[in-house]
Amino acid sequence: MIYWQLFLAFFWPGILGYGGGPASIPLVEHEVVDRYQWMTVNEFSEVLALGNSLPGPIATKMAGYIGYEQAGVLGAAIGVFASVAPSLVLLLALLGLLYKWKDAPQVKRLTAYIRPAIAVMLGIMAIDLFRESYEGAGLGQTAFLTAASAFLLLGKWRIHPAYVIVLALVYGAFFLS
Amino acid sequence: MNQWHLFLAFFRVGMLGYGGGPSSIPLVRAEVVTKYRWMTDEEFAEILAIANALPGPIATKLAGYIGYRVGGALGLVNAVLATTAPTVVLMIVLLAALSSFKDTPWVAGMTKAVVPVVAVMLAEMTWQFAKQARAALGWRPAALLLLACFLALQWLGLHPALVVAVLLAAAFVGRSKPKAVDRDKGGERRASS
Repeated sequence: MIYWQLFLAFFWPGILGYGGGPASIPLVEHEVVDRYQWMTVNEFSEVLALGNSLPGPIATKMAGYIGYEQAGVLGAAIGVFASVAPSLVLLLALLGLLYKWKDAPQVKRLTAYIRPAIAVMLGIMAIDLFRESYEGAGLGQTAFLTAASAFLLLGKWRIHPAYVIVLALVYGAFFLS
Repeated sequence: MNQWHLFLAFFRVGMLGYGGGPSSIPLVRAEVVTKYRWMTDEEFAEILAIANALPGPIATKLAGYIGYRVGGALGLVNAVLATTAPTVVLMIVLLAALSSFKDTPWVAGMTKAVVPVVAVMLAEMTWQFAKQARAALGWRPAALLLLACFLALQWLGLHPALVVAVLLAAAFVGRSKPKAVDRDKGGERRASS
């Protein structure tokens, strides 16, 4: 049963997430946090943070880890398979058709039309996490960490996200424990 | 020999690409076109366009298809595993190690500190997607769609799959939108000139 749920939880984001793996993150969150309640928003963001500080495609890292958490090695394999296989099978099966259609305006519009939805989902997730942080770490710490990470991530020097996450982890271990 | 090269090529892409699949596309190109010369630049661009027309993670779509072209069914499995397996294993080992310290105060502190950082990253991604939507659709249709999506998801509480499905259908039938884009671009030009 859990294997089937795992398959579905990663099948839908894989088949609905236009724009590559990062676009499917809010869809994964919806399945994992809202529908199946395998983890809280907080735990999900922790996994996402670690996933972002490691190299490689993000969708399969999330699927592999969450699958493993729920159902061991087989769960990890099913999670990765569910997020990779459907779109790959479609690609190979529809290659001829896609080749003819790849410059069609309808196909170009697919990604363009999905983007606002993905943006809204990402935005809602961001707000949820800010609220979560406010409740967990308090207003002062949240404001400080938000301002500091925004400065480091988007400011003049643009430090690599992996380092920003490591810095936050070190800060938290010392000052939020 | 080809299988070994396939493995190496996609292993390197997986281990060096930070920021998820889309940011590793140039690395795939460097391996497939520049280093191993499995295809020309034009062919790679075509494959990328085709892969982008479908949903799902882009890194594994590219790995799977290129693996299939270079080494058949075995090549497909080989390239997909080389892209995904190493980092999945790394992730599981790291998080499993961390969760065994889950109840210590310092890991709890780490967890708390990372939440606002991820929120900032997501906020930045939100901005990127919104900006891309504006570039592709024009600012007015993009803003309308953003608002509609927000209401549908947050206020009506519709399932994201439903929202995405409606948008996909709209992309196929909607002929009025591209005209609206042109009008809007015209409007923007008029406004700025």
